Amino acid sequence: MFAALLTQAIHAVLLLALAPLLVGVVRWLKARLLGRRGASPLQPWRDLRKLLLKRPVVAESASVITVAAPYVAVAATVVAALLVPSFTRGMATAPVADLLVLAGCLTLARGALALAGMDAGTAFGGLGASREMAFAALAEPALLLVALCCAILAGSSNLDAIAGAFAEGLLGIRISLALALAALAAVAVAENGRIPVDNPATHLELTMVHEAMLLEASGRHLALWEYQSALSLTLWLSLLAAIFAPFGMAPAGAGPLGWILGLVAFAAKMGALALVLAVFESAIAKMRVFRVPEFLGAALLLGLLGALFLYVSTGLL
Amino acid sequence: MGFGHIPFDVAHALAGGMLLMSFVLLYQRRVPALIAALATQGGLLGLAALWQGWAQDAAGLYLTGLIALVAKAVLIPWALSTLVRRFGMHGSVQTALGIGPSLMAGVALAALALVVVLPVAAADSALAQEDLAVALSIVLLGMLVMIARRNAIGQVVGLMSMENGLILAGVGVQGLPLMVELSTAALVLVLALVAGVFMTGIRERFDSLDIAFLEDHRGERR
Repeated sequence: MFAALLTQAIHAVLLLALAPLLVGVVRWLKARLLGRRGASPLQPWRDLRKLLLKRPVVAESASVITVAAPYVAVAATVVAALLVPSFTRGMATAPVADLLVLAGCLTLARGALALAGMDAGTAFGGLGASREMAFAALAEPALLLVALCCAILAGSSNLDAIAGAFAEGLLGIRISLALALAALAAVAVAENGRIPVDNPATHLELTMVHEAMLLEASGRHLALWEYQSALSLTLWLSLLAAIFAPFGMAPAGAGPLGWILGLVAFAAKMGALALVLAVFESAIAKMRVFRVPEFLGAALLLGLLGALFLYVSTGLL
Repeated sequence: MGFGHIPFDVAHALAGGMLLMSFVLLYQRRVPALIAALATQGGLLGLAALWQGWAQDAAGLYLTGLIALVAKAVLIPWALSTLVRRFGMHGSVQTALGIGPSLMAGVALAALALVVVLPVAAADSALAQEDLAVALSIVLLGMLVMIARRNAIGQVVGLMSMENGLILAGVGVQGLPLMVELSTAALVLVLALVAGVFMTGIRERFDSLDIAFLEDHRGERR
């Protein structure tokens, strides 16, 4: 019990501290790839400190939603981040770390963001919110289908159990897993507003989604939104690592040595994923907004196909 | 062999990659990307054949794998991209069916392959069923690519992808005669040649690679 609480505390501190740093690292890697020097990876933390010291300016037409939404979104994302195993299994939240709970928390954060975008009544905010919800209508079912695939393979939709089952390698490599990986990666890209779907580096572009909803936010509220999106990126990358590369993760009940090995493996996995993300984003161009539903629809269909194959190979059909 | 056995797992992963490439073919609109996806699929096929050669200890499959690696991953894509460059058609392929509907049709075809293979291979293990179903899906998806693309390059790419699926089904089964394999490979090279000549021909005659022009030429009305 003590070990579970301790690892949970380490996990929480790690993820909460790592989130802005990870964004900084991705930005730095992208700048290096483009031949620029790039800001220090600590820059997002500095930006957050600067924003936190400033007073938020709220539009006259805004209601209480604008004030409350950032806190709701950050709280939901923190809860989700606490559920995803990072360096060890068997954390205190492991019994409730269900993929469906995770999807619910993320949807709550997304709903808060969309409401905040619409609240002030500006055109851009409403535009961004409507696009975000349209993408969510395809991304969420894709995520649920991936959860279904994992649940059939591991016998549970609990993330801890899935990571455990996949780490032992008894299930082997399945075609469904390749399809589910493709689907989950596409959903992760869409959920975090990364490049083929949305460009995190620009403001005031007609095709923006995430930034459009934040145009009215300022000061402390903007800091919370920025932090929420950084935490969401970290959480998605560690989710991908936990499901598809659970190697090196300390099993439940491991001692401090196992945790240290797990931390090293986790750092390596996150570094590798950040590099992959940076290379991917530098290599391709942003999609037209109207092509995004096709992209997410492809993810949804791949998830569906993965589930179909599993139904056949496990004899459920 | 079953899930969790390395020889089987690797073969399975390679087949899964090929299936994924079939969906990429269905999803992509741009010609260079189509050719790149076809080359990747051919490369995966070559690796799958080499792996099966090692796993089944069959020397003939090494030859199959090498042919696939050289011809399908390098030569044919290179020839296709040379053609594309010469004709200056880097734009997107016109689709007869939208991307969304064709992807949906693709998943339906993959499901159909599963349903068809299930009773036929019922005596075999679930694993053999799944492998056969993947190969059949790749064949059907190749056919769908041919149907959905209104462009000579799209047709050639679909045809090659269908053939990849056939070879995949062949290498998965123990004891594919080498003669069959060699003649198929020769056939494909001839097909690639014919396709090249065909494309040059319709390009010269109609100033375009859109096969819709052929329909008028044949006297069909649309």
